[in-house]
Amino acid sequence: MSASFDHPVYNYKVVRQFTVMTVVWGIVGMLVGVLIAAQLVWPILNFDLPWLHFGRLRPLHTNAVIFAFGGCALFASSLFVVQRTCQAPLISNKLAAFVFWGWQLIILLAAISLPMGWTSGKEYAELEWPIDILIAVVWVAYAILFFGTIMKRKTSHIYVANWFFGAFIITVAVLHIVNSLAVPVTLTKSYSVYAGAVDAMVQWWYGHNAVGFFLTAGFLGIMYYFVPKQAERPVYSYRLSIVHFWALIAIYIWAGPHHLHYTALPDWAQSLGMVMSLLLLAPSWGGMINGVMTLSGAWHKLRDDPILRFLIVSLSFYGMSTFEGPMMSIKTVNSLSHYTDWTIGHVHSGALGWVAMVSIGCMYHLIPIMFNRARMYSIRLINVHFWMSTIGTVLYIASMWVNGIIQGLMWRAYNSDNSLSYSFVQSVEASYPGYLVRFLGGAIFAAGMLLMAYNLWLTATRENHEDEPLKSEEGAQ
Amino acid sequence: MSSFWSLWIIVLTIVTLVGVTWLLFANRKTRLNAENEAKTGHVYDGIEEYDNPLPAWWFNLFVLTLIFTVGYLVFYPGMGNFKGLLKWTSIQQWQEEVDAAEEKFKPLYQSLAAKPIPELAKDKEAMKIGQRLFANSCATCHGSDAGGAIGYPNLRDHDWLYGGEPDNIVTSIKGGRNAVMPAWANTLGGKGLEDMASYVLALSKGEASSEHPAAETFQTMCSVCHGADGSGNIALGAPNLTDDIWLYGGKPEQILQSLAIGRNGKMPAQQDILSPEKIHILSAYVYSLSNE
Repeated sequence: MSASFDHPVYNYKVVRQFTVMTVVWGIVGMLVGVLIAAQLVWPILNFDLPWLHFGRLRPLHTNAVIFAFGGCALFASSLFVVQRTCQAPLISNKLAAFVFWGWQLIILLAAISLPMGWTSGKEYAELEWPIDILIAVVWVAYAILFFGTIMKRKTSHIYVANWFFGAFIITVAVLHIVNSLAVPVTLTKSYSVYAGAVDAMVQWWYGHNAVGFFLTAGFLGIMYYFVPKQAERPVYSYRLSIVHFWALIAIYIWAGPHHLHYTALPDWAQSLGMVMSLLLLAPSWGGMINGVMTLSGAWHKLRDDPILRFLIVSLSFYGMSTFEGPMMSIKTVNSLSHYTDWTIGHVHSGALGWVAMVSIGCMYHLIPIMFNRARMYSIRLINVHFWMSTIGTVLYIASMWVNGIIQGLMWRAYNSDNSLSYSFVQSVEASYPGYLVRFLGGAIFAAGMLLMAYNLWLTATRENHEDEPLKSEEGAQ
Repeated sequence: MSSFWSLWIIVLTIVTLVGVTWLLFANRKTRLNAENEAKTGHVYDGIEEYDNPLPAWWFNLFVLTLIFTVGYLVFYPGMGNFKGLLKWTSIQQWQEEVDAAEEKFKPLYQSLAAKPIPELAKDKEAMKIGQRLFANSCATCHGSDAGGAIGYPNLRDHDWLYGGEPDNIVTSIKGGRNAVMPAWANTLGGKGLEDMASYVLALSKGEASSEHPAAETFQTMCSVCHGADGSGNIALGAPNLTDDIWLYGGKPEQILQSLAIGRNGKMPAQQDILSPEKIHILSAYVYSLSNE
């Protein structure tokens, strides 16, 4: 037993459950992504069935990877971190079980309702009103569990990872409830209470802050615990964490209008959204600096430890996409990039490079603890997984940059008679090579997740052999 | 926007920007601790924290973006009702770009629009322009080859719902067309509909006889628009029923459906989207498709 007796008995059951489901939903969500990527190359893969249509599977993919995979990773890590850094067990094991089973039920309902075509039509908030209510209930339970444990802490201060988890929990609750307000018509159909440009603005206030608070703040919480822990180094700068935390949460909430440049949204809102997005560059990079610089004096560890490599490379992708985001929010750049595959590439440099890779690194740290093992069964497989993830991500985002710029330039090209040089379908034709490369990149990334599941299974079911670490680590060189 | 909401936006923006600037400067510390090893003294589950100063390049980057933000909000709209010193609006920018394009391309289009349509239709260069206009404005419904689809007329044949003379085509494009084939399900009933469908099918094969059970009904109900002989009427857009061209399909069940529920084909008006010169060239292109 690795559990020591200098701390209270933590609730690891719920962490273990969420950890396993992170890997399961990661595989499911990414495979659906690979399928719809393949549909764009070979449309026949729709099979002429409405349930397998791109329009229905795309929201299933986004919901599965963000809220099922990403959500389970956040639940697992936050409930682990809050106990460890507060030296206090969760306030209620029953509530923890309710959060786990409630969230799994929501995912199951999403997996049924979205292919059925029941949707509110709001991006990343497609689920219909009964599921929205369930989400709100489970989320409030989660908030009580998390903040209740914080209040019972035995440490004098609250660790920085918990600031980020806390901001993520509160803001997501507000975003979800405000954006999902709707008038139900039937059990499976409702209409938003907002209309027109107001509806669009509320939707992207939600949409962008789902990125900002779910996919950024939450995962920075993961970073702030697992990077120093895995590197066995102190956090680089406490004051940097203070400045970038408050700046990040104060400014992120303003950035939504950059999704609506050159639309019916009033000019003042577009301008404000744009400058606030630019202002977001420094606070975003603050997290990257604090994570990467935590390694100073311990860079050699990157050579031997593929888990640390996952964490540090995820921060590089984070830095890259948080530079790209403010740049794309500049109206002039946006007029080229908007509505093209560049946006999809940008999202995936964040989703695959940052969110997925930091989660994977975190899971490789958590899994052995959850199953009372000294380490993952195979370090070598982690290393293979690392390279598959990195190559998959690079293929994905590079192909989407190329596609996005091709599309943007083709759409705006015009002839000497002032007519457009290309029809839309010609730009689709030009996108095919990129779609194929994107499919390959995504497939490689998803295949890496299968390795992870295999490694998880080996770790859970077999004892580590003492002589094996050396062997497999040699193999990893 | 009311002045309350304008003020609300201005105050929130200023509070946020001032607050962030204060946060940045209040936590500034340029002095490095001895060997950089000073820690905060907190330990969380074994994790300690240094208290290193904010990296100078990062601090400067933050200040630069703050300065840009303030500058941008002075010159461009953003602070509620304040228009910005440049008085820039997106509508104005759009109008200027449209005007510049009009100015630049006007001579070309005016010279082409001066030619009569039948002559223009033989001008290969002009028809390349027409083809592009068609690709951007018409191909979505009529197909990039103008071959049409169910519900969308084929423009390459000699069959014209509203007439194929240059003037007819210009009128169709300019003002659009709204077809009004009524639904007959209630009037004719099940048996009546089937009889009529069989009669219409016979008409298209040239086999319609006055002995047909629906022949008399056709004369009272349908001939008003489609003509006594079923050859149609371009003034009403009533299709010719005596040929084998079918806008909504010529299978018995398709004809039955057209009769039962009616058809309300809609060609959208282009006069608010395309200039008269462009409509002229487009008309010549459509004319050229069936008059090559």
